[in-house]
Amino acid sequence: MAIKKDLSIDYLGVKCQNPFFLSSSPVGSNYEMVAKCFETGWGGVFYKTVGIFVADECSPRFDQTNKEGLPWLGFKNMEQISDKPTELNFENMYKLKRDYPDHVMVASIMGSTEEEWVKLAKMCDECGADLIEGNFSCPQMTSHDMGSDVGTNNELVESYSRAVSKTTKIPFIAKMTPNCKNMEEHAFAAVKGGAAAVSAINTIKSITNLDFENMTGMPVVNGKSSISGYSGAAVKPIALRFCAQVLQNQEIHDQVKKNGYDFGYGHEMSGIGGIETWRDAAEFLALGCRNVQVTTSIMQYGYRIVEDMASGLMHFMDERGYDKLDDFIGIALPNIIPAEELNRDFKILPDFDDKKCVGCGRCYVSCYDAAHQAIDWNEKKRRPELNDNCVGCHLCLNVCPVQGCITPGEIKWKEGRKPVDITMKTKYE
Amino acid sequence: MSKVVKAKYTAEAVAGFTHRTAMEEAARCLLCHDAPCSEGCPAGTDPAKFIRSIRFRNVKGAAETIRENNVLGGSCARVCPYDKLCEEACSRCGIDKPIEIGKLQRYAVEQEKLFKMKTLKAPAKKKAAKVACVGAGPASLACAAELAKDGYKVTVFEREEKAGGVLTYGIVPSRLPQAVVDHDIAQVKGLGVKFQFNTEVKEADLEDFDAVFVGAGLWGANLPKIKGIELKGVYAAVDFLKKARVNKNDFKPGKKVLVVGGGDVAVDCAVTAKLLGAEDVKIVYRRTLEEAPGNMSEFQYALSLGIGITTGMAPDAINGDKKVKTVDFAGFRDKGAKLTLSADTIVFATGQTPEDMSKVAPVKVTDKGTIKAPKGKAGGKFFAAGDIVNGGKTVVEAVAAGKEAATAMIAYLEKKGVK
Repeated sequence: MAIKKDLSIDYLGVKCQNPFFLSSSPVGSNYEMVAKCFETGWGGVFYKTVGIFVADECSPRFDQTNKEGLPWLGFKNMEQISDKPTELNFENMYKLKRDYPDHVMVASIMGSTEEEWVKLAKMCDECGADLIEGNFSCPQMTSHDMGSDVGTNNELVESYSRAVSKTTKIPFIAKMTPNCKNMEEHAFAAVKGGAAAVSAINTIKSITNLDFENMTGMPVVNGKSSISGYSGAAVKPIALRFCAQVLQNQEIHDQVKKNGYDFGYGHEMSGIGGIETWRDAAEFLALGCRNVQVTTSIMQYGYRIVEDMASGLMHFMDERGYDKLDDFIGIALPNIIPAEELNRDFKILPDFDDKKCVGCGRCYVSCYDAAHQAIDWNEKKRRPELNDNCVGCHLCLNVCPVQGCITPGEIKWKEGRKPVDITMKTKYE
Repeated sequence: MSKVVKAKYTAEAVAGFTHRTAMEEAARCLLCHDAPCSEGCPAGTDPAKFIRSIRFRNVKGAAETIRENNVLGGSCARVCPYDKLCEEACSRCGIDKPIEIGKLQRYAVEQEKLFKMKTLKAPAKKKAAKVACVGAGPASLACAAELAKDGYKVTVFEREEKAGGVLTYGIVPSRLPQAVVDHDIAQVKGLGVKFQFNTEVKEADLEDFDAVFVGAGLWGANLPKIKGIELKGVYAAVDFLKKARVNKNDFKPGKKVLVVGGGDVAVDCAVTAKLLGAEDVKIVYRRTLEEAPGNMSEFQYALSLGIGITTGMAPDAINGDKKVKTVDFAGFRDKGAKLTLSADTIVFATGQTPEDMSKVAPVKVTDKGTIKAPKGKAGGKFFAAGDIVNGGKTVVEAVAAGKEAATAMIAYLEKKGVK
């Protein structure tokens, strides 16, 4: 009786039951884990990265940031690629594909030389993986011949992508690092080398917290710490930005087509970064990603979060009248435009609902100390009153703790500007 | 002077959550692995699942879970004794205080209504078997919904003019607004269940049905045989609450009202009297508060309205000339204790009794008059559950029992070969 909508999607020619994937990380690092995630409802897995290099890990290796009682705003991880023998990992992938043929197995690999990349690509062929992801982006490798140091070197990205693409017919996805100035050039290097698509973002280099007990960062490893990757809800805005920029790059779309990976959808990017809910997933899809990869929220809550991702996405589709994911994939991308192209001729004044207002004065404080002193505080009534200084920045609306109390109100046109019909947001949660 | 709450009879006692406050509360949930709250719900409403849905911004999914598991989820959200069920089981109690599960359930059901969701669907192709439910209270409604979801044609017979039973006629609307009850009942009606109101059903009316569920509830008054019980101003709780629900603000309960009893019904009577304008309302219970079957939160609500609670005293005689004037109480255990209170009205919320069920169906009854129906089976094509079987328990237990009886009925009909 529960809602039913078709969440299936083709990704690089591979049929997927849904767009929800585990990203290459601790959450998908052996047979039992991946089997459980499939049975819980995940469409596929980017199996934990396998290299010829076998990682030697530190302890402890995680930390998290929080704000005002909200834990796991962001998450720091010092784990590298798999610490299991290379052959065992490929054997696990083979068995998983054999036992769960309808789920998608993506082998994530990382080499330190062209020879290693070729060797790993051959092993992917043998294990029956549906797709291969090249990890060019782990920021905490103990070798500089691997990870994000490689991902920001266009020559290496291109040559390693070529090494894999020439070795196997399995489509190759290059996983990008956000620790770069411009992701498009690295993404282009990958597709120029023959990659079918890119995925982004891997984690962001970080120091989450300082520990004053030992005067180092967190986590504390024998009194010291290192810079390593940051993920979770805090990085989603950064991930969305990179996805939008890569997807808006026409050269990448064209190159993918030349590579023979045009299935009618252009560049089939895979989105990663801070996804916890159906809504987060829908945001990446609306920008044009054709699937999403998740780790941090699984580390916090477990595989079960996919149940509400699927159910919530179906309800969203039902509400909007979408029958399939392709009805809305990429629908928001054209609406992300350069700052210089925004209409700057008007301001929208905030509307204050005195009945809903509880009289906390936060709008007054923020407007005075951080905006344009456009709110006067009626001390007798303990209510805000808007004056002529308002520029329509909506800082007040963003700090107000009461739902529906401050909302967008009157539109004012700047002196000498021509009024036109404008589209504005009206529903705030 | 103590600060007391002033409220209207038809106004809701507690405001619900907004999206933001619901998210704040859901964020407190520990998302337990083997959630004890879900184990704690007799009707299997599965709070762990619906709270997780709210937390992960899938409020429609939350509403779906509630409605599929408990067709009276909206009403239960208002009247369940949470502090004895799911909230008592909540692991968060080990840190500070439990998640407000009832209020989150209410929020999800309110969103269901707002979005005009239609979660429950009956199969288009109906089974040949015809099923009757006697009474339109919680047990019957839950049973009817389960049968209809399975494709059976169900007719509910109800002697009153509205469905809901105790939900519609027996609970103060500040706790359970009629609109909430009606929204739940609309879900049952949406499954194609037919209702025949104003119909006092007799055994002969049930001959054509392949299976019959009796969920008649307890509507007989249980008045003590004491002096003056026939005087004007003496009410049984069921009649008092029903009169208030039907006449609303036009019902004048009297200036001084005494309520005898220690259950939620006693509190509902006292609250009803207070909200309808009584100046002085007292609950008098014969045992201690610790022994009282009512919810502590309900007693606290009564106190907040300025209602007094006296324990250890039982009514001995009602005095007056045609109309109640004073009531004499004697100590229930403390044999020397005496108390006389003046009153315009005295309400006996001392339990309800079954009516004569032999007129309705050939069922076996206990010496108390309740129907003998283990796991809902009352013999042959007859099934029964709810207060008429358990002697008067909670709404959520009636829902659970109604569901259980429906399962037994489906098994019976399938075995009999009526498809």
